[in-house]
Amino acid sequence: MARIVVDPVSRIEGHLRIEANLEGGKLTDAWSSGTMFRGIEMILKGRDPREAWIWAQRICGVCTMVHAIASVRAVEDALKIDVPENAKLVRNLIAGAQMVQDHVVHFYHLHALDWVDVAAALKADPARTSSLAQSISNCEKSSAIYFKGVQSRVKAVVDSGQLSLFASGYWGHPAYTLPPEVNLMAVAHYLEALAWQKDFIRIHAVLGGKNPHPQSFLVGGMSTAMDPNEPAAVITPERIIFMRDLVRGALKFVNDYYIPDVLAIAPLYKDWFTRGEGLGNFLAYGDYSSGDQSDPKTFLFPRGIVMGRDLSRVLPVDPHKITESVAHSWYEYSSGGNLDETGGKHPAIGETFPKYSGPKAPFDHLDVDAKYSWLKAPRYDGKPMEVGPLARMVVGYASGKKEIKDSIDGVLKALNAPPTVLFSTLGRIAARALESQLMARQLESWVNQLDDNLAHGKTAIFNPVRWDPSSWPNSASGVGFHEAPRGALGHWVEIEGKAIKNYQAVVPTTWNAGPRDSKGQRGAYEAALLNTPVADPNRPLEILRTIHSFDPCIACAVHVVDAQGREYTIPRIP
Amino acid sequence: MLATDTTLGQSLANRGVSRRQLVKFCTAMLGTLALPDRYLAQTMAAVTKARKPVLVWLPFQDCTGCSESMLRSSHPDVADVVLDLLSWEYHEVVMAGAGDAANKVLDRVAKEEKGKYIVVVEGAIPTADDGMYCTIGGRTALDIATQMCSNAAATIAVGACAFDGGLVRSSPNPTGALGVHEAVPGIKVINMSGCPHNPVNTAAVLVHYLTFHDLPDLDQYNRPLFAYGRIIHDQCERRAHFDAGRFVTEWGDDGHKKGWCLYKMGCKGPEANFNCPIVQWNDHTSWPIRAGHGCIACASPRFWDNMSPFYDRLPMVHGFGVEASASHIGAGLLGSALVGVTIHGLVRTIKPVPYPVEAINTPAPNPETTAGKEN
Repeated sequence: MARIVVDPVSRIEGHLRIEANLEGGKLTDAWSSGTMFRGIEMILKGRDPREAWIWAQRICGVCTMVHAIASVRAVEDALKIDVPENAKLVRNLIAGAQMVQDHVVHFYHLHALDWVDVAAALKADPARTSSLAQSISNCEKSSAIYFKGVQSRVKAVVDSGQLSLFASGYWGHPAYTLPPEVNLMAVAHYLEALAWQKDFIRIHAVLGGKNPHPQSFLVGGMSTAMDPNEPAAVITPERIIFMRDLVRGALKFVNDYYIPDVLAIAPLYKDWFTRGEGLGNFLAYGDYSSGDQSDPKTFLFPRGIVMGRDLSRVLPVDPHKITESVAHSWYEYSSGGNLDETGGKHPAIGETFPKYSGPKAPFDHLDVDAKYSWLKAPRYDGKPMEVGPLARMVVGYASGKKEIKDSIDGVLKALNAPPTVLFSTLGRIAARALESQLMARQLESWVNQLDDNLAHGKTAIFNPVRWDPSSWPNSASGVGFHEAPRGALGHWVEIEGKAIKNYQAVVPTTWNAGPRDSKGQRGAYEAALLNTPVADPNRPLEILRTIHSFDPCIACAVHVVDAQGREYTIPRIP
Repeated sequence: MLATDTTLGQSLANRGVSRRQLVKFCTAMLGTLALPDRYLAQTMAAVTKARKPVLVWLPFQDCTGCSESMLRSSHPDVADVVLDLLSWEYHEVVMAGAGDAANKVLDRVAKEEKGKYIVVVEGAIPTADDGMYCTIGGRTALDIATQMCSNAAATIAVGACAFDGGLVRSSPNPTGALGVHEAVPGIKVINMSGCPHNPVNTAAVLVHYLTFHDLPDLDQYNRPLFAYGRIIHDQCERRAHFDAGRFVTEWGDDGHKKGWCLYKMGCKGPEANFNCPIVQWNDHTSWPIRAGHGCIACASPRFWDNMSPFYDRLPMVHGFGVEASASHIGAGLLGSALVGVTIHGLVRTIKPVPYPVEAINTPAPNPETTAGKEN
């Protein structure tokens, strides 16, 4: 038996380490460890809750803004603030644009190199690549001359002997099996996506001043004042036109590049429709209402739970059933009581003290029988869950949500495959692409709603009733939920005497990348790696494929609460 | 095998980039750096030379926002920087290799490129509890930073966290986080503060370094003067409203819709040094004040603790009289530009600098290498 260590896992956000046992060419066990801790929730204590979003947003700069939206929702829930429609539309646009941009970057820049051999692209025939591209997409850049140009650029880099970011790849690994032409097309689209992502995300600059870390959220609304007759307002008719162009461009990019590329590459790696299955338990809070955000029935992505891959039943979400265990995490719970069977506590009564107990650096292996991660282990009703695009699409499919069902059935038909292929490494990739398309289709309607409101002089974008802290009750608590690109996100806040008394975030990657609990139940990454064949232990490309399919974000996942450990009323999901 | 005759010029030519486009790129860089155009030939020679300098980008206690910001670079295009301007060999968030293959890159660069490569650091470095709050490949961030920065030609600290510990270091600093110049004393550092750094400025520093083999002129915090030499308030598009006494007094009010001054809503522009209003963000599309929100002074030293609460009006010293004066101006009692300028001057004068200046390991700008740049 060999122990494989991958640290750092690159092409992710943050610091992740995977240790795994290899026996008979397959992985027999795996451990996922987050290796960085900052303590942002400790830092938030005592600060003004109106600015919590500015701090919380820095939990992550890849999924930038997702913690801002969850934070303002939590404080607005605590202070009972109703937000004007325009502010909800702007938040939907910022978050929806983030989802599409982030998924495209994930597919092309973080994940594609697990499937695409850059070196092999040099062997491609540009003319045949052109025919291939033209057969799968209406994309304009598809001539032989174009692909020849891309190939020359790659060749110049390779010939220089200075391969830059590509220097350390596993090129020539036997698991790379795409024809040279598919590799060349994918490399070309890697560069196209690199150019597109920075162009499209200017919508965040319009609505937030900059990206990463847009700066326009307010507890009670948004700072993006709108007026049809004031050129110095933030949202003006001219800016509406600019944004409409951007979101149309996004839909075109997803339709012309992202979807065709996924559908071209996936069938060439059919084995991966049965690998990386993972837990089979899925959780989605749901989000993105075009009407009443307090009514989950209006969500683009429905709320619900699917257990044990059973697509015939969607269970309701009860936030009381969320707990976090630290049995294998570098934290301590001071009091013995209140633990459930997994060694977990509800986030609202949680308490955590960081206490590193792993090996002294430099080290070769972690002691995985003891504590081995800075991530805690969230559980729902005592069970580990997967969150993210696949969870959203599975819950939406099982709920019978028409747009989602049509979209998935269309792809399954094209692949001539049953719905069970969703539960796999490639299933996660396909789900991410499909929801990008659903979201990209939705974006223009929100721009149009804003435009309509602007034209009718309906310009309210901020509710001032609770801005002045003297209007607040002495103590209040609230929760904010959001479906971030990587999955179900919740922020819990407790306010006392105008300041933050306690702050807590339970984050998508904590669900997916967390370690075992006290019952020894594996987290989603750990479960998904089981039985994965690994051809060369020194170049564990197969581990990267499954881990990357979750789109890890470790800075998000590592967090700490510093609560009082006393009884607490858990607010209902708004 | 090295093909030393392959230059950027050739590789640009190979993919159809003309000399005209190269001139345009270099001119834009000179503009950001505030250098005269007689440096054009030298800049072009530098960016087209045979062997590209090696760059490694090290992430520690970060949010990856500064990497993302670099990916938004449009002038120069990010692909040009990563593939053509430099040999960008280590950057966890985008590099092909992982695990051992990645760790070997660092060892090789430290040995084979000793004294010649550039390090970019993103994120703070934890020093409490033996630095165990951040490990990569089983090594602490402090260990890796010490090895890589000590052997580098220069270190570029991008973002607030690498500059001075940023948010991670803010009270109560649970992990003993420090900026790179404090965690690894004695190295040559340039600080590109901001949350995140602005990629236009960082690209300009890289081009400056390639051209002159030295860093541009720096201020007392080792930040380049071209980017951090002026106050946001003095460059702000809403400055005329401040001078005329036209203030936003409630979010969403008429003044807010008309783009009036955000001073009363807590804007820290009068206390913040940065060229944010000039270079802006995301291909010059906008910047925070343009989006209707006050500045949080994200490029200022220890801004998280020093500049918050972010919605409190400057100055934070209550009862000094500036607030009262500003209120009067807002009420229309005083409205001359002269008063505005005076208030601004007062705010500037009374604000203490809480940053431990002596802690900074600052090599003063070398008059020999910087002479004649006229910036």
